[in-house]
Amino acid sequence: MKYALFLGCTIPARSRQYELSARKVAQKLGIELVNVGEFVCCGFPGKASDMKSAMILGAYNIALAEKQGLDLCALCSSCTSALTEVVHHLAHDDQAKAEVNEALSKAGLRYDKGVRVRHFARVLYEEVGKEEIRKHFTKTLEGLRIANHYGCHYLKPSEIYENFDQVEDPHTLDEMVALTGATVVDYANKKRCCGGPLLAVDEKTSLAIAKEKLDDIREAGANAINLICPFCSVMYDSNQKGIETAFSATYNLPVLYLTQLLGLAMGFDRKDLGLNMNVVKTKDALAKYSCGE
Amino acid sequence: MADIDLTKADANFRKELFAQPGGEKLSACFTCKTCTASCPVSAVNTRFSPFRIIRMALFGLKKEVLESDFVWFCSSCYACQERCPQGVSITDFMTLLKNMAIKAGHAPAGIKAQRDLIKGQGRIYAIDEFDNKKRNKIELPSLPTTCEVVKILFPES
Repeated sequence: MKYALFLGCTIPARSRQYELSARKVAQKLGIELVNVGEFVCCGFPGKASDMKSAMILGAYNIALAEKQGLDLCALCSSCTSALTEVVHHLAHDDQAKAEVNEALSKAGLRYDKGVRVRHFARVLYEEVGKEEIRKHFTKTLEGLRIANHYGCHYLKPSEIYENFDQVEDPHTLDEMVALTGATVVDYANKKRCCGGPLLAVDEKTSLAIAKEKLDDIREAGANAINLICPFCSVMYDSNQKGIETAFSATYNLPVLYLTQLLGLAMGFDRKDLGLNMNVVKTKDALAKYSCGE
Repeated sequence: MADIDLTKADANFRKELFAQPGGEKLSACFTCKTCTASCPVSAVNTRFSPFRIIRMALFGLKKEVLESDFVWFCSSCYACQERCPQGVSITDFMTLLKNMAIKAGHAPAGIKAQRDLIKGQGRIYAIDEFDNKKRNKIELPSLPTTCEVVKILFPES
């Protein structure tokens, strides 16, 4: 199994623990992730201002992977959806493809058929498979109560994702977390957006959306949140303190990436998984399950 | 909200929208409000309602829609689009409105800043030597600190 690793903007700058833990887990499971230094923004944050430029950015990244004969694996859900959308769109729109290629030709690239784009979590679920993942576990996370946050763009728009999971009743993350022995906690508004895309527009509304979910998760008695998108992590982990201050609330809910959780069950120590880089402290909640400083 | 003056409506606005990606199926909306009921933004801020924006657009209230701050409140979560019983691509429609608004010169500063960052440096967060130092410390590979290709892809910016 071999993929070009698409990191996007947020992960290398703000979520290095996600990249670190994903690389460790990938290595353990025999997924080869190839570094392509020339990748640029996926185009997602540019869609609001100009769909055409966003498509050119996405197509540029895909064409780079295509040139190397590699499919793309992204860790960020927004990157995954923006890139998948480009592939989906250009497969049906020759005129758009010609326009994109006109722009790409100046950079010496050509978008031909595009490549397969996959979220890392989808690769784990569909291509590695639960049985294989379980084989690499060395300890159980029994006793941990995990609330899964699927976010939006891992699943939607569903028309581009071949229904690999169900938008209105998603299960892929629940199944993978349950493998570790942890208890998956259901909660109200599980499918709701993190509010992240509104940070640049109206911080108050953005934080209010995130707060609702933190309330629901606390209510359900979870010890920690599990997620798969750096944008969502910014909302629940980096901004948790700000939400607590703005709304006079207390959560103290560690926010983990799926790769950190699976990595714990694989026996990696805290530093290997970057658990020391999460904003909300993870040490107490994970004391029973982790090793190292 | 103030009274709406329909004498100032632009009858061609809906045709303009129907002809663009995201606007094609707009006239199929039968006002069930499933979009607004599904919207995570409407749930915490009643100033935003996808249903109302669709109605305003169909009435031809071009100026009111494109100059409004509320079109920017769509978080692009696709909850409405997934559930619309009439198959209206509501999220794509909101993106279309945002594109039209910014072309007409109306956009929040944060959105303009994002656009300029992407087209200027190819990333929302540029990588500098300090970032690479931090990356190398935990054995992550260095990333390029400059991005020349955006100047080639977007020479007009």
